[in-house]
Formats: sequence, C-alpha cells, structure tokens
Amino acid sequence: MEHSIEVKNLNISYDGFRVLKNMEFSFQEGTLIGVLGPNGAGKSTLIKAMLGLIHKDSGTIKIAGEDVDQVRKKIAYVPQRSHIDWDFPITVKDTVLLGTYPKLGLFRRPKKEDKERAMECLEKVGMTDYAHKQIGELSGGQQQRVFLARALAQESEFFFLDEPFVGIDVSSEEMMIRILKDLRDEGKIVLIVHHDLLKVEGYFDHLILLNKELIKYGTVKEVFQPKYMEVAYQRPFSIPKETEDQA
Amino acid sequence: MIEFINDLMTYNVLQKAFITSVMVGIICGVIGCFIVLRGLALMGDAISHAVLPGVAVSYMLGISYFYGAVVTGVLTAFGIGLIQQNSRVKSDASIGIVFSAFFALGIILISKAKSATDLTQILFGNVLFVRNSDMWITLIIGTIILLTVILFYKELLVSSFDETMAAAYGLPTRVIHYVLMFLLTLVTVASLQTVGVILVVSMLIAPASAAYLLTNRLHIMIVLSATFGTLASIIGLYFSFHYNLPSGPVIALATTSIFIISFLFSPKQGVFIRRMKIRKQQKANQLS
Repeated sequence: MEHSIEVKNLNISYDGFRVLKNMEFSFQEGTLIGVLGPNGAGKSTLIKAMLGLIHKDSGTIKIAGEDVDQVRKKIAYVPQRSHIDWDFPITVKDTVLLGTYPKLGLFRRPKKEDKERAMECLEKVGMTDYAHKQIGELSGGQQQRVFLARALAQESEFFFLDEPFVGIDVSSEEMMIRILKDLRDEGKIVLIVHHDLLKVEGYFDHLILLNKELIKYGTVKEVFQPKYMEVAYQRPFSIPKETEDQA
Repeated sequence: MIEFINDLMTYNVLQKAFITSVMVGIICGVIGCFIVLRGLALMGDAISHAVLPGVAVSYMLGISYFYGAVVTGVLTAFGIGLIQQNSRVKSDASIGIVFSAFFALGIILISKAKSATDLTQILFGNVLFVRNSDMWITLIIGTIILLTVILFYKELLVSSFDETMAAAYGLPTRVIHYVLMFLLTLVTVASLQTVGVILVVSMLIAPASAAYLLTNRLHIMIVLSATFGTLASIIGLYFSFHYNLPSGPVIALATTSIFIISFLFSPKQGVFIRRMKIRKQQKANQLS
C-alpha cells in the first residue's frame, strides 16, 4: 500500500462537457509511468484530478491507499513550465526551499537543515553555481532542473510532472531522466505527462494511453503498439525508432 | 526641513498626522507587494473605491466608518468573484462593473448624508484632519496586517508565486485570496484620512513596483516597498502642511516619482543603466 496509485471509474467534466471518461488504472511499486495522448486528450486534467485540484463527477483516486488530502505531503508536483511566473522575485535557492514548506506546516520557518537540504538537491541537478540567480535568468533546461530540485527537496514518495521536457536542452533532459530513474529504483512512483513519442521506450516502464477516455494502460510493451496508438492519435502509426528523425 | 521637525515636536495635530501617515505608508507598501505580484492592481483600485458607500452608511448610522467600509469592501471582492466564476465575463470587466456601481452608490449616499467638503476629504484625503480615533484605527489595522503577513509569509509567498503549486501543497488558495482582499479593505480604511479612496491605489502599486525593479527577493521587496511608502507619506504630509495642499495627490505624485527613479536607475532593470551597458558593450565590440 505504501507505494500504490489506484484510479477507479474517474469521470470529469468542464461546463457540462465530459473531458475524462471512465479512467481506470492502478500501479504498485516503484515505476516510471508515461501519460501519453494527443493534445487535448486530458493528460494535464488527469494529473490535476489525481492531485485533488479539480472537481470530479465520480470515481475514486487512492494514493498509497488513501485520499489525496491525507497524503499531499508525499506528492511532489512539477507544473508545466509555461504556467510559472518567471519574473517573480525569487532566487533559485529559495525556489528549491519551497519544497520543504509542506513538511514545515504553518508558522514554522525553514531552518538551517532545510536550507542545507535545498542546497543538496540543487547540487543533484547541477545548479549550485546558480543558487543566487533570479529564476528568470536561467535557460529553459536550467529552470526545469530547479523545479525538479524543488520536488526532490519535498522528500516525496510520488512525483507528478507535467510536460517536463518541453523546450529544454538535451543534457538537461538526460540529467533529469537519470534522476527520475534513480527515484524509481528507490521504489518511488514517478508519473510524467509526455508527448515526445521517440523517447517512450527508453524512458518509461509503464504507460497510460488516453484520449478523453482510457485507451490502454500497462507495461510499455503492452501499450506502445500501433493498434492502440492509432486509436489514441487517430492516425496511422508505426513504432518510432530512436535513431530515426521522425516524431 | 528643520522647521518641519520643530513643528512636529510642537503640534499635537501634526504628530498624530505623522504617526498615521507612517503606518499607512508601511502597510500600503507591504500589502501592495502581494497585490502587484498577483496581478491584482485593478482589484486594489476597485476595493478602495467600493469602500465609499460603506463609509456613507456608517455616517448615517453614526457608527465608525470602519464597519461600513469593511462590509462593502468585502462585498465587492465577493461580487467580483461571483461574476468571474459564473460567467465568461473576464476579470477586468467584472471588476469594472462591480466597483463603478459601488462607487456611484457611495457618492449619492455621501451627498445625501453630509456636505460636499466631507466628500472631498474622503476622496482625496486630508492628513491634517486626522482625529485620535482615526490614528488608533490605523495603528490597530497596521498591527493586524503586519502580524498576518509575518505569520503567514510562507503561505502568501507560495500562493502568490504559483497558485497551482500552493493548491497541490494543500493550501486553501481561495481562502488566501479573500483574506488578502479583506486585508486590502483594511488598508483602504486605514488610508482614508491620508490619501483618500481615489488615490490609495498609487500607494499600493507604485512603491511595490519600484521595489520590484530593485530586488530578486520577496522579503527585500517588501521592506523596500514599505520604506518607499513611508517616504512618500512623509513627503505628502510635509507639503500638505506647508503649502496647504490636499495630502492624497501630493502622496500620489511622490510615489510616482519614486517609481520613475527606480524605473530609470535600477541597477539591473533600469532603463538608463541598461542603455549604458549596451553602449559600453558596443564600444568594447568596436575596439576588438
């Protein structure tokens, strides 16, 4: 139960329009899960629902066997980069320090050990030299690494990342996926909304394939097949080879 | 200036005005930072205007204007939220609809209840008319605001930076929004005598924006903004006292001047400094 995600019969609608229908899947143990589907398939909606951020019409979501509200502190969330205010007056180090806030609760200030923890996480993503820069001064890849460091500082068991690799450099992406794989090896569940179909086989253990409803979930081998991908993307599909230059 | 300090020592009225102005400068600067960072400048303008009918009704009932102002201020915040959440009308439009209605109502009520001089005072402030009760209201409100910001600094920081992240942390983001709107109402009430409802917005936005251009850290921004607000208040008081000018407009011009200085000369963001750096770079390029 410690590391499990279970979604049953999840239905969500906006203004009377169904955006997610009958979502259902469950995962146990440390695994790296990719959430795949075309634009507007409801991938971000799914993540937000799992974080308890949007109202669901019906269904249950259990994380570590409990309702989200009971286990919030164990879930680290990295929002889409485009949703962050990069002009906000905050330094890299202070951004990472935000990760320690849920644990602190009300009224308590981050102490020396929290700051040290933040610096350790910054070191893991290779951003120590930028600790005192304002977050808007960084490149896209560096920004995303800082937000991963913030998630690491939260010392979570579950990591939800929304399109973390969009518009970032190759070396940042490689570094991030290596860290995320390490988390998986420590037994944590990492869930990533993803759209680059080239990297699917190299990155993930499991997939959730959706387009407004669940198409298929399971291991990459089970899901990443033309017959399911064609249903999701509604176009002919061949499994891409990483060496080829097509998406 | 020395003369001013002398007068400050001598006249009780001036002392009350001074204490009130300084407190108003501080709290406007502090709350202004959150208003600016959350993109709520227009909301600040709206709530300060919407306090007017509350003040008028309080006059009629013979109670402290504090109560009425808080009620209409909070009603406005909820009214705007209601329109936004239940229709496709955009946020700036719903703000415009609600606050102009409240402001219009306020003007009609005030002109029925009291003479025109009172209206001018509420609209534009007259710091030299600060009564004991005004000073105490301002000091109490100031204490509430500073304590709230200090105690909930972390929560205000996270939710201003990223609402979704704050919600994922389990923070009640909507409650935080309305608490901030409540604090904003309190600030407006506290500022009634010094700047008046129409120009409170300049005290909220200009010092915070000037500070925003000078630092990359929120707590420093807050301290700077409070300092600028205080400076503007004192300048306002000085001119108001010596040249018999309404304090609100003088304060508003002072905050604008502070902003312009920061806008031009901020070491990192300043227009002037950036130009100089570019020119230096160009020269270096020519030489090499």
